[in-house]
Amino acid sequence: MSEVFTKSMARNIYYGGSVFFILLFLALTFDTSSEVPKRDNHEAITEQVALGKKVWEENDCIGCHTLLGEGAYFAPELGNVYKRFGNSTDAIVGFIKSRPVEGIPGRRSMPQFNLSDEELQAVAEFLKYTSEIDTSNWPPNIQG
Amino acid sequence: MKYQSQAVAKPYFIAAIGLFVGQILFGLVMGLQYVMGDFLFPEIPFNVARMVHTNLLIVWLLFGFMGAAYFLVPEETEHELHSPLLAKVLFWVFLVAGALTVLGYLLVPYARLAELTMNDLLPTMGREFLEQPTITKIGIVVVALGFLYNIGVTILAGRKTVVSMVLLTGLVGLAVMFLFSFYNPINVVDDKFYWWWVVHLWVEGVWELILASILAFVLIKVTGVDREVIEKWMYVIIAMALISGIIGTGHHYYWIGAPEYWQWWGSIFSALEPIPFFMMTVFAFNMVNRRRREHPNKAAVLWALGTAVMAFLGAGVWGFLHTLAPVNYYTHGSQITAAHGHMAFYGAYVMIVLTIISYAMPILRGQEAADPRAQVLEMWSFWLMTVSMVFITLFLTGAGVLQVWLQRFTDNPQPFMVVQEKIEVFYWLREAAGLVFLLGLILYVAAFFVKGGERVMASNAVADTA
Ligand code: HEM
Ligand code: HEM
Ligand SMILES: [Fe+2]
Repeated sequence: MSEVFTKSMARNIYYGGSVFFILLFLALTFDTSSEVPKRDNHEAITEQVALGKKVWEENDCIGCHTLLGEGAYFAPELGNVYKRFGNSTDAIVGFIKSRPVEGIPGRRSMPQFNLSDEELQAVAEFLKYTSEIDTSNWPPNIQG
Repeated sequence: MKYQSQAVAKPYFIAAIGLFVGQILFGLVMGLQYVMGDFLFPEIPFNVARMVHTNLLIVWLLFGFMGAAYFLVPEETEHELHSPLLAKVLFWVFLVAGALTVLGYLLVPYARLAELTMNDLLPTMGREFLEQPTITKIGIVVVALGFLYNIGVTILAGRKTVVSMVLLTGLVGLAVMFLFSFYNPINVVDDKFYWWWVVHLWVEGVWELILASILAFVLIKVTGVDREVIEKWMYVIIAMALISGIIGTGHHYYWIGAPEYWQWWGSIFSALEPIPFFMMTVFAFNMVNRRRREHPNKAAVLWALGTAVMAFLGAGVWGFLHTLAPVNYYTHGSQITAAHGHMAFYGAYVMIVLTIISYAMPILRGQEAADPRAQVLEMWSFWLMTVSMVFITLFLTGAGVLQVWLQRFTDNPQPFMVVQEKIEVFYWLREAAGLVFLLGLILYVAAFFVKGGERVMASNAVADTA
């Protein structure tokens, strides 16, 4: 870089640019926080859904699955599993409940978490809630 | 070694390398579980191996950053570290906390760990990369505060160079953004929105400042190019990093329930994110070409150049590949993401830590550079690890392209598990490349034990070039 472009000019771009874009980011975040309630399905958040999220987190489901495309890529997307399972929380409960303790020989399998009925219902309701968030049509199809 | 207190960096570097080995072993466990689903089941389920793999990665990089700071700050400020004792105490606190956390993952079911550590009081567990029990997170904050205090006071007392100020800004930013890991709303959209303030604003924000300053420091030392020139480059690079990377966060807000305007903001600004990485490559080669001295540590120069190239490939090229919203719609959360995550983390942050270790470790052991035979071994390890990481990335990209095609793009989309079986061959190849990576890592460790004619460094020869 030539002498026309000095170190102090470079420094000013760094400071000025950073401050400007931090402020812009905060402004967009502020706007997002007022727009999100139109899309986030918060009406569906009940005590039960809150418990469901706790079950989801305390068993580290995200360590194998994605939720809205974020997480691990070892097992299927679950943001839309409620819909994939025919809009049925019972189907979700049945699946989680019936995982064999010793796994399936030679294949990837989900652990048996020994959840209580209350926890099973809750996590299924949590997944129903996430399936109704407006994700701009993601995933592209029901397979996730 | 010019300042006695730089010696505290050594245990940090050793711990970093030790944990790196652990990280890779668990990566290989997972790689095998991808193709032999029942491997170690139910003793070490995939999610547990994954937590260990990714958390060890983050913790050893943090060890590396702290070691880098303890080594570089006294030299830059021309001032002994404020408190070497504090640095030693924090080292053990961090190591023990880290070890207990990993043992917790491995020895008790995660739900039980949550219960034992009273996750109920302030639930922060069970989110990707932030799986640590809340008490561990608090421990990380305490260690970070003590560390920043120590480094900060040292810088205030001494010469304030651009390198040390930018490093300090990056480290403060790292600690500040980590505080968002304590915010865990029930609302999934909000949860995800702020989760990225830790993850994205780390790797595509403040960590880039750390990366740039360590790279600048090593280049000043090994090339002898005028500090003024290097600092000017550094300012432009980090300016571009923040200008593109902050709003670039939007590339994670396309499909999580945030407003759709993020598809525009995120696509446009994240498309600019490769620029600073590209500039870093041009910068590193330029400085080495204009070098005013032949530094005997060839391995460190190789690592520095390698970092610049691989960071550009992993973050810049593989990041750009899937960052535009219409592309990301199909690739989001696929093996493409994993491919990019691997090369970017390796190229930028693993390699910069190995660069500073390569430069600093011989000095900490009383030599200007390692014995040439040791350096040859180290360079072999460089090529083995780097080339195998390129192959890991290519195989995962192959898997990802097929996955996206079969599961998301065709008229007849197939279920996830069906597709996984069809692309199995790529996972076998990835595991094979992973074994080569491990071989490279073993050679890397071995290089520290190569004995040769001790070449005691000519007292201040290194420092004088700065
Ligand atoms: C060398 C052998 C390695 C193997 C076999 C391996 C394997 C894996 C596997 C199977 C996953 C989980 C992917 C999933 O969620 O389904 C993973 C995740 C990850 N690994 Fe590795 N890994 C290796 C080395 C590394 C290295 C050297 C790094 C750091 C540079 C690294 C960083 C990561 C990161 C950041 C993730 C999370 C990726 C994401 O969320 O997209 N791994 N690895
Ligand atoms: C050294 C810098 C970088 C590192 C260490 C890094 C690492 C990662 C990791 C680990 C993920 C996966 C996160 C998860 O598990 O959900 C990710 C996602 C992503 N990265 Fe990067 N990245 C870097 C730079 C970049 C750059 C410069 C771009 C764009 C040009 C980019 C674009 C993306 C995108 C679009 C995703 C989301 C993928 C998805 O939708 O699944 N990254 N990155
Ligand atoms: Fe990002």
